[in-house]
Amino acid sequence: MNTAASDKPHINRDHLLPMLADMIRIRRFEEKCAELYTQEKIRGFLHLYIGEEAVAVGIARGLAPEDAVIATYREHGHALARGISMASVMAEMYGKVTGCSRGRGGSMHLFDEKHRFFGGNAIVAGGLPMAVGLALADKMRGLARVTTCFFGEGAVAEGEFHESMNLAALWQLPVLFVCENNLYAMGTALEISESEQHIYLKARSYGIDAHAVDGMNVVDVEAAARTACSAIREGQGPKFLECKTYRFRGHSMFDTQLYRDKEEIERWQKHGPIVLLQEWMQANHMLLENDVAAIEHRVAAEVAEAVDFAESSALESETELDTDVYTPRRSQ
Amino acid sequence: MSELTMPSFGADMDAGTLIEWRIKPGDSVTKGDIVAVIETMKGAIDMEVFEDGTIEALLVDEGDKVPVGTPIASIATAGAASTEPVAASAVTTAAVATASASALPASAPARAQTPTSGEPRARILASPLARSRAQQYQLDLSGIRGSGPGGALLLADIERKHGAKHPVKPAAARVKPGIDRSAMRQAIAAAMAKSKREIPHYYLASTIDLSETLSWLEARNQARPPEQRVLLGALLIKATAAVLKQVPELNGFYRDGGFQPSGAIHVGMAITIRGAGLVVPALLDADRQPLDALMENLRDVSARARQGGLRSSEMSAATITVTSLGERGVEAVYGVIFPPQVAILGFGSPCTRPWVTKDGGIEARTVMRVTLAADHRVSDGHLGARLLRLLEKQLQAPESL
Amino acid sequence: MTQGTEITYREAVRESIREALLGDERVFLLGEDVGRYGGCYAVTKGLLQEFGPERIRDTPLSESGFMGAGVGAALGGMRPIVEIMTVNFSLLALDQIVNNAATIRHMSGGQFSVPLVIRMATGAGRQLAAQHSHSFECWYAHVPGLKVLVPGTIEDARFMLGMALLDPDPVIIFEHVMLYNETGILPNEAQPVPMEQAVVRRPGKDVSLITYGGSLGKVLSAASQLAGEGIEAEVLDLRCLRPLDTAAIVQTVARTHRAVVVDEGWRTGSLAGEISAIIMEQAFWQLDAPVARVCSKEVPIPYPHHLEQAALPQIPQILATVRQVLEHA
Repeated sequence: MNTAASDKPHINRDHLLPMLADMIRIRRFEEKCAELYTQEKIRGFLHLYIGEEAVAVGIARGLAPEDAVIATYREHGHALARGISMASVMAEMYGKVTGCSRGRGGSMHLFDEKHRFFGGNAIVAGGLPMAVGLALADKMRGLARVTTCFFGEGAVAEGEFHESMNLAALWQLPVLFVCENNLYAMGTALEISESEQHIYLKARSYGIDAHAVDGMNVVDVEAAARTACSAIREGQGPKFLECKTYRFRGHSMFDTQLYRDKEEIERWQKHGPIVLLQEWMQANHMLLENDVAAIEHRVAAEVAEAVDFAESSALESETELDTDVYTPRRSQ
Repeated sequence: MSELTMPSFGADMDAGTLIEWRIKPGDSVTKGDIVAVIETMKGAIDMEVFEDGTIEALLVDEGDKVPVGTPIASIATAGAASTEPVAASAVTTAAVATASASALPASAPARAQTPTSGEPRARILASPLARSRAQQYQLDLSGIRGSGPGGALLLADIERKHGAKHPVKPAAARVKPGIDRSAMRQAIAAAMAKSKREIPHYYLASTIDLSETLSWLEARNQARPPEQRVLLGALLIKATAAVLKQVPELNGFYRDGGFQPSGAIHVGMAITIRGAGLVVPALLDADRQPLDALMENLRDVSARARQGGLRSSEMSAATITVTSLGERGVEAVYGVIFPPQVAILGFGSPCTRPWVTKDGGIEARTVMRVTLAADHRVSDGHLGARLLRLLEKQLQAPESL
Repeated sequence: MTQGTEITYREAVRESIREALLGDERVFLLGEDVGRYGGCYAVTKGLLQEFGPERIRDTPLSESGFMGAGVGAALGGMRPIVEIMTVNFSLLALDQIVNNAATIRHMSGGQFSVPLVIRMATGAGRQLAAQHSHSFECWYAHVPGLKVLVPGTIEDARFMLGMALLDPDPVIIFEHVMLYNETGILPNEAQPVPMEQAVVRRPGKDVSLITYGGSLGKVLSAASQLAGEGIEAEVLDLRCLRPLDTAAIVQTVARTHRAVVVDEGWRTGSLAGEISAIIMEQAFWQLDAPVARVCSKEVPIPYPHHLEQAALPQIPQILATVRQVLEHA
């Protein structure tokens, strides 16, 4: 077991700079994806995480390598924060065979066995019952592992959310529910879709220890994740974090954003997770003059390499189309 | 007046396509004339006329496919009342009026009987299995009565038709561009498979000293021009026909669960068509033809078989088959009986071998392996052995042929 | 004489679950009322006492939730058996079955398998009306990534579950409600037939009766009656609806040249339609008559006995259809 994951971090330059770098890395990767999408290199739906990076990066800090992650269709950030290589994620966006799902899933379905990353799930709330099952397996097998399940506030309206809360609490399963409340389910605002808009209260009603967290503050998110994961590992049952956040771009690339004001977006952007951490580190003299430039330089190189890798990778042969519909049986 | 109808060139033929008329209205024809060429599933065959007369009308167009038995031409035969106006002039004036009046209704039914070749033909209803089985048997669906819904043909109808008639024979086909080799192959496949499936063959073999026979033949041919010489093949057919009279159980057909002996002896001769397969035209009444006539007949049939143009009467008449791969140098050939025949004789290549003579000496002699495959449902080995013994004896006395 | 034990279909299923629980500690059962109640159809009665509440896990009425939990547990290294009370309720879990269990192997590029077994009761005949009596096997058989089994005999009830648990992919087993009380002799030396193979339950040469699950008994009875009329019907029990044993279907038609498909599903879009299409595509030239179907009437299954029975395929219809197909033969 990774005991380091549950250690209380020191809030210092050495600890914060990598988190800043991780958020910038996700941001620049996705900005590149948006560009590539307009060039038709990436197709399908492309849901960008821009503005919400602190959640994925903060939560990832609480996880150990043996833990499991289930995410949504807006999961590029979770995949990168979890450690899946940028090249294989970019190749997946391109639909190339070197992608983390052999190109078969695309943007919405990133999978990685090595990192126990059980997919971007494109059915709202569809991942919650599976997370319950993964946690159930761990509990029955006596493994002190955490299953983390990310979902948006839109999932809360689905029956599967409630069924999963109930089962996890009923069976006291080692699962961390992370609600990324970005206020809009596509274009439907929280206030016109939920009678109780404090989502963590819904989880509490099932007897789950649940808290609201500033999802723009990566330090807060990380602290909450570490606390929750430690408790889960100790057998305290499920935990629930409602991370209040905001997406700066549309639901997907094809979104005219008629449902919200530009001013609202600008207001949130001023308090974006990267800006927030960067300013705080500067104010507290934790950031050297060249730090951000060095990060940007490194990230730009990594993004360029990822694009080159995706561009130069092969497509899966059509003859492979029907492989892995079923698991190949070992020859007799 | 009478009609020429689409002939059946084999019991398994139910329709034919008239691909060429060799006559036109007004032509006089005599028995044996070729009047048309008929395309069948097995290939093109000349159609001969069996009576003397004058062609009055052609009732189908070239390219039309019609069921067997369909009138295809009308012919005024000698002695029959003619509807031609010229005949009417010989009668009295009173009779002319009657004849004229009757001429119209007389010809109208004839037109009415004309197959409606220009109109769309009604689709034959048949189950998929009936169709595929009919194709396998080379049966044409158009002449078969269907017992299914709306008269649709079912498997049972095809089997009934197939079982009641001759099995498929390899076709006489014109060796020309467009010959359907696969159809001929399929026909052979069907007939041979049926044979091996249904006929319990037994096989006998005997080695015959041919030295005397060949000496006699050589001496006989010596004084003749090449075109009048008799080949060993003709002699073997003649000998076969001669001895078959004494073993009638091997000459005829197995049909409807029993043997039907044939009074006539028509010896079928397997002829290889290069690149296409086999045909087996019959030398009719081989037992009654003098040797020279038989030889001439053999040459003619062989030539026509290879060029196309075998006659219908030659195609399905064989009562026994003779096969020889002697030219190919094989020592023995074990034949597959051609259903519904009940026997096939195989002649190997004459070759020189050490031979124990009657007085116990050893001499180099020209000998030949003769085999018999026969239908055990009809005869037993004892009888087959008799045929081979008689044949050997006959070949030692060729002058009696 | 075959040596064996007389047991019910229900006992055979229970025994198969018991055997699986005893043989593999990763196996556990979850579903509504599988434990304390003993199972809606009493299949799992007594298992809670033997294996405890961890492995015989009663769930709340959350079909999607516990079905997804089964998917997740399978991903997490367990071998869950999820019981759904009746096929109509499985529609509440369709998302987890179709969007997750069936897709993950392919969508992840072969990284994750879902070794999940789902059992559910199916079919009509117990006057349970229109929300407990339908046959949706065909819907699931439509979905690549799933396997669909329909045990129609005591032996299959006894052995199919074990084979399904050995399969690395999601397998759904449909148990017809009218079979649970059926009794039969389970031979002591019974050898399980591989789960994806169809089996000829009765050989014949005149017509093939192709069926599965709850209709198998009716079809065998019909075949016996037909034998009295001199009609030798071959009965093919499909056993597995995905993947379909198309070779067996083609072979039986090649023997008899006629086929009647008996399927408790509704005719429109039915599995019987799929089988007819397979015969048309792969055995067309063997057919001597059109393929006929005997299916349920296209109505929601009604409550009163006489109407329920009128809606279902029955022996007289099977007989009449066979006679019609053979009428001209």
